[in-house]
Amino acid sequence: MTPLPKSTSSTQETILLKGENLTCIREDRLLFDDLNIEINTGDIVQVEGPNGSGKTSLLRILAGLSQPYEGKVKFKQILTSQCREEFHENLLYFGHLPGVKGEMSAEENLSFNLALHGLDTNQTVDNLANMNLLGFEDSLASHLSAGQHRRIGLARLYQSRAPIWILDEPFTAIDKQGVASLEQRFIEHANQGGCVILTTHQDLLAIPSDKVKKITLDYAFE
Amino acid sequence: MTTNTELTESSKAALAPTDTLNMTDTQHNNLSYRDAFFLVLKRDITIALRHRDDIINPLLFFVIVVTLFPLGIGPEAKTLSRIAPGIIWVAALLATLLSLDRLFKSDYGDGSLEQMLLSPHPVFLLVLAKIVAHWLITGLPLIFIAPLLAVLLHLNEQSYGALIFTLLLGTPVLSLLGAVGVALTVGIKKGGVLLSLLVLPLYIPVLIFATSAIDTASIGLPYSGQLAIIAALFFGSLTLAPFAVGAALKVSTN
Repeated sequence: MTPLPKSTSSTQETILLKGENLTCIREDRLLFDDLNIEINTGDIVQVEGPNGSGKTSLLRILAGLSQPYEGKVKFKQILTSQCREEFHENLLYFGHLPGVKGEMSAEENLSFNLALHGLDTNQTVDNLANMNLLGFEDSLASHLSAGQHRRIGLARLYQSRAPIWILDEPFTAIDKQGVASLEQRFIEHANQGGCVILTTHQDLLAIPSDKVKKITLDYAFE
Repeated sequence: MTTNTELTESSKAALAPTDTLNMTDTQHNNLSYRDAFFLVLKRDITIALRHRDDIINPLLFFVIVVTLFPLGIGPEAKTLSRIAPGIIWVAALLATLLSLDRLFKSDYGDGSLEQMLLSPHPVFLLVLAKIVAHWLITGLPLIFIAPLLAVLLHLNEQSYGALIFTLLLGTPVLSLLGAVGVALTVGIKKGGVLLSLLVLPLYIPVLIFATSAIDTASIGLPYSGQLAIIAALFFGSLTLAPFAVGAALKVSTN
């Protein structure tokens, strides 16, 4: 486990999300123990590790979907459980499951997802175009491919105002060109003062390696 | 799709000041509680209307279960009118139970539930919208079709009012209490039987007072006492069940 380097000298940076002494146990196996994480504005954090090393568990704990066995998650120095509403306004979580309903069209799905998070739904078509879904706006999601499903879910990234992005395997089933433009979006987001926490088994090609902080989870295999 | 792989320093700088993310204020969350409620309600009803077997199947089940009784017991009007309230209500319980699974299961399966739990709105509000949608889709049609089946069972003429009122007050209780059971079992792969074991005992008070009200009405006595108790069950579950469901969903998605 490599702790994150302390934030660099820039005065603009503030700690957005902090995990203190996180311990996670799944099925009697210790996945990580006493993990400390600090995520600042402008960070792109890649969580690495073999399958089953607890990447998804860590991301779910940070998002507040799972409870850690021990430890705390703080959003700007306040426990996330004590500022749920504010934290969720500032959070975008995209998990293994894209949260797309097969019975609704691509546009309806995106509009609902945006509206649920209090975002404007006027530019859904533009957002879908960004995800290369132009021409599929009115198709029922059940008629689209797995990759297109995930693109519908990810289209939210182009409208989101939430600074904290937690993305679990965002590149799954996305083609090369799509990955490149997503990476571009991540850089843009980090430059706007946001942060991206993601897991992926792919190398981040478009993002310069000195910009990516890495957290390696391999406790379970030591 | 743009492939501007080189984002120059100047364009980065240009992006930062004009389009910074607002992190502390809440002005971008412009959705009121009422809007959030109707957003989820509308979505669930849209999905149900596009997936019509969800509406039709429990209704057909209700009709078939009720029609089985005259076939099994015999067509004698006196016997049937005696047991009609019980038959209709038990069939309504089972039809509701059959439809409960859809309440959270598909949302759990495709990740929408996670997104709802992570939205800035209170969970109980979104849950309540889903339960209301469930009742509109499954409970309300039962109320429309029940009088027709009551004719089939020779229900006493004086009891029709009581039947409608008990169903109007009682079926929302079934949806509300059922939602707690579904929320607890949604993470379990084959939770169907467990769900009925959890939920059916909770339905007993509604069944007792509803059939008692209909029986009392059939002999011409006032049944407002029983209705009042069902109303109390309704308001009790309306105020408490959404919170219990929210907590149960958090446990189930953990």
